[in-house]
Amino acid sequence: MTLELKKIVEALLFSAERPLAPKDIRAIFAEATDEENPGVAESFRNVREAQIAAALEELKVEYDTQQRSFELAEIAGGWRLVTRAVYAPWLQKLLDEARPHRLSQPSLETLSIIALRQPISRADIASIRGVEVDGVIKTLLERDLITITGRSDVPGKPLLYGTTQRFLEHFGLASLEDMPKAQELRLQAAALKTAEAKAEQSPAREGEAPAEPSAVPGSAGASPSQPQSP
Amino acid sequence: MENDYKVKLEVFEGPLDLLLYLIKKEEVDIYDIPIERITNQYMEYLTLMQMLNLEVAGEFLVMAATLMYIKSRMLLPVDQQVADSEEEDGADPRWELIRQLVEYKKFKDAALQLGRREEEQAKVFPRRAGELDVPADAEAPLAEVSIFDLINAFKEVLKKASARDDFREIIEERFTVSDKIEEILYTLRDRADLIFQELFAQATSRAEIVVTFLALLELIRLKRLKVRQETAFGEIRVIKVA
Repeated sequence: MTLELKKIVEALLFSAERPLAPKDIRAIFAEATDEENPGVAESFRNVREAQIAAALEELKVEYDTQQRSFELAEIAGGWRLVTRAVYAPWLQKLLDEARPHRLSQPSLETLSIIALRQPISRADIASIRGVEVDGVIKTLLERDLITITGRSDVPGKPLLYGTTQRFLEHFGLASLEDMPKAQELRLQAAALKTAEAKAEQSPAREGEAPAEPSAVPGSAGASPSQPQSP
Repeated sequence: MENDYKVKLEVFEGPLDLLLYLIKKEEVDIYDIPIERITNQYMEYLTLMQMLNLEVAGEFLVMAATLMYIKSRMLLPVDQQVADSEEEDGADPRWELIRQLVEYKKFKDAALQLGRREEEQAKVFPRRAGELDVPADAEAPLAEVSIFDLINAFKEVLKKASARDDFREIIEERFTVSDKIEEILYTLRDRADLIFQELFAQATSRAEIVVTFLALLELIRLKRLKVRQETAFGEIRVIKVA
């Protein structure tokens, strides 16, 4: 039987216990050996990531058009086979999973702040939410949804937090870009930074940072631009 | 009113939460908050929360002071408003608060969407459902209806009751939370649920209303009862947990 690249990739996805990225799969092809059929493994040794990506795409489309009970989902920077939502009742029974334990609103809010502003300190999170976040942070650390990513330079050197791989998997996010509001808040952050930079250049006339900075990066704030010297 | 049962309901939502709730309820423009009205509402809620012995975090009091400060500044004629070191002349005294609220609201919206994603994710299963989640979140006593919604409903009951002729301020009977808990469970023995207001139908004094409410909160905390609201600010249903 001649082996197809696509089928090997499918076999890998079938057995994997975590999302696989094209580069992970490429590494497997580069290192896999077959003592009984050395020639076969050899022939796949130099497979390129682009080919793997194409195979993944083909598989995804196949499952969708054939309406298989599972699909190929992009999660946490990799690909993974998952069952479709309609089959949930039976799968929950099979896996003996009681109603899944959902996160509370404060936990979700704190998580959102960390996800969109990381790395961020406890104090900064608290000032956005308007309340202390100690208990919530402890819970999120325990559930491996956030982790300590370093220390801030400011006096006191507080700890900084960021989200984990598990966070992406838990919410089915392909990447942090997939976070709700990621686009909007990224533009806002960029706009604020530019406004701050301009304010520093011309301290006499501090730009009036609007309550809703314009969504166009690079042109936020009312500060006059520096005159260009020819 | 006896304190045999100090009800500890964590008011984990903070002053910004309360303000957003009030803004939504009063249907005002977040960019043009009527400070006087909102401050009054806010103080009313604080009083109620304190009356119920709910743990009111310090941040709530700080916000109360901030609101008063902003209110006082807005009352001054523009030319007399002393320029703060942080603010420009003529800057709206509400600006910082509005900025904070708008930012917080964005994250709140993101959190809501994240919550929905979590629900969707819970329905799909990978090759090995190896990440069975850790035990339930211990800090979510009121999942569906917020504490502010309950306090709001409680406020309405108090108001209606005070208007009744037979309403007395003098306490003749001593009501304990334990008694009321038994009473509520008894009322629900043959029924699956009831409307919030029904709990207070027999109450004849303010103390009785308060104790009944505390009993309800305790039953929610013990997960014997849960509360649901079909529409925002609508009727609250109290449901027996199986």
